[in-house]
Amino acid sequence: MLRYFLKRLGGAIPTLFIIVTVSFLLIRIAPGGPFDQEKSLPPEILANLESAYGLDQPLWVQYARYLRSLLHGDFGPSFRYRDFTVTELIGQGLPVTAEIGITALILALTLGILAGVFAALRQDRPADYTVMTLAVAGIAVPPFVVLPLLGLLFGIRVRWLPVAGWEPGSIRHLILPIVALTLPPLAYVARLTRASFLDVLQRPFIRTAFSMGLPLRIVILRHALRPALIPVAGYLAPAVASIMTGSLVVESIAGLPGVGRYLVQGALNRDYTLVLGMVILYSVVLIGMGLVVDLLYAWLDPRVRFER
Amino acid sequence: MTGSLWGTATRRLLANSGARVSLGIIVTLAMLAVIGPWLNPNRAETLDWSHIAADPGIAHAHWFGTDRLGRDLYVRTLTGARVSMIVGLVASAVSLSIGLMYGAIAGYVGGRTDDVMMRIVEILGGLPLIFFVIFLTVVFGRNEYLLFGSIGAVGWLTLARIVRGQTLSIRRQEYIEAAIASGAGTARIICKHVLPNVIGPVIVYATLTVPQIILLESFLSFLGLGIQEPRASLGTLIAEGAGEMEAAPWILLAPGVFLTTLLVCLNIFGDRLRDAFDAGMRR
Repeated sequence: MLRYFLKRLGGAIPTLFIIVTVSFLLIRIAPGGPFDQEKSLPPEILANLESAYGLDQPLWVQYARYLRSLLHGDFGPSFRYRDFTVTELIGQGLPVTAEIGITALILALTLGILAGVFAALRQDRPADYTVMTLAVAGIAVPPFVVLPLLGLLFGIRVRWLPVAGWEPGSIRHLILPIVALTLPPLAYVARLTRASFLDVLQRPFIRTAFSMGLPLRIVILRHALRPALIPVAGYLAPAVASIMTGSLVVESIAGLPGVGRYLVQGALNRDYTLVLGMVILYSVVLIGMGLVVDLLYAWLDPRVRFER
Repeated sequence: MTGSLWGTATRRLLANSGARVSLGIIVTLAMLAVIGPWLNPNRAETLDWSHIAADPGIAHAHWFGTDRLGRDLYVRTLTGARVSMIVGLVASAVSLSIGLMYGAIAGYVGGRTDDVMMRIVEILGGLPLIFFVIFLTVVFGRNEYLLFGSIGAVGWLTLARIVRGQTLSIRRQEYIEAAIASGAGTARIICKHVLPNVIGPVIVYATLTVPQIILLESFLSFLGLGIQEPRASLGTLIAEGAGEMEAAPWILLAPGVFLTTLLVCLNIFGDRLRDAFDAGMRR
């Protein structure tokens, strides 16, 4: 088991390396540079700036330098936010993004599994249809539509919650963004759970459990739930990806000081180090989720454990 | 046989009220997007200085109101919807073509080629591709054709898997062997014999990528990376409306409701279509 995990961990490193390399090349191919917006910079100053940031060196030298600083855990200075390093920028924004993202993930999983089991137990009855219709809507409607509509309803019509803005430690400001981020993965988890739960209920060992006279609650919790959650575990990485892409827009709509804005802004401003830092951050989170999923599979499905 | 499969599936599909209603709404919305703008005297890009940020209503010619620049929102929403739908269809077609070729080659050639090709799909599927789409749209400027291409290039992974599966299931059939025996080359067999026989079921699955792609386009346009001013898509209109939510909520409502309805109906219809086909194929 440990060996399998280490092998997957080792496999993640070349993937990360390829992502860094391709992103580095792509953003450097892009026309324009980080100092374009300051109009009529005298050429001497521009040259000074470029040499200060090492941009006058050949591309491969810059690439080698960047990789070396990465290996030392240094993401480099931001080109646009002059007094900050990328590590500082990400360090300031990440707690906010992580707070809403992790809350959304936990809510989506728990509520989604509950709704899925609930619908499965009432298969083909009105409750089932209601949950599944809501789930289709939840999957179809993206956070950047839901959040403004929720803001319109709860922030402007009834004024229960702030439409946007942020105060340290204030939970009220985070409720609507979290709801908007939660809904799509919640709906997807509910559908997955319902389908796999219905599938598991057909299996012989469940019939055995029932015929032994075990009460429904025990059969569900002890026997049916664990195998039924295998497809949900597989959806974990896509769920995190959906929450991360959602947070790109949700943070900007809700005016939250997270890291979401840095990816698009950084790419538009040609803030090379900031963009690469964000890509690395997102990739590490996603690849890390992949590893977590592998471990979960092994825990949920004994066959995986004995195979290797 | 194909005829009866399609026939059964169609009958099963039309027997489902969810499928009928959603199809009806999709057709209505599509027709609105195509002919709707002409029903109103306003044009999408003209500014009406006497009605800036006007309320919706029938007292003036701006049925859904106007935005901050006095542009008519009824016409802008419908032309924007037209753009979103075209992007959805074209980019899905791009995905479908890439997925078909890739999956058919992997499935038909098989062996090590298949292993390598499917391994690539698996690796790409694990990457944060949305970030690469953002990259591509930033790097290659705001070109709408490249937008189609880069969105389509992301959507083909699932389709390639499905095509490969279908191809594997027909690879050993007699008509393929007959083609090999009569000396047809691999390329010819794939184009003439494999593709026509896998395309039906695959198109069914492709209907589910249309809403995903419309969603992705709106997302990019919302971020300011997709369709550019003065043209609009549903995503740019929603972004505009989200900024004016407090003063002029109707700017958000029209495109928001249109996109929501369209996506929900496309998803329901796609689901029902797939169910009808899956049930049909089991028979």
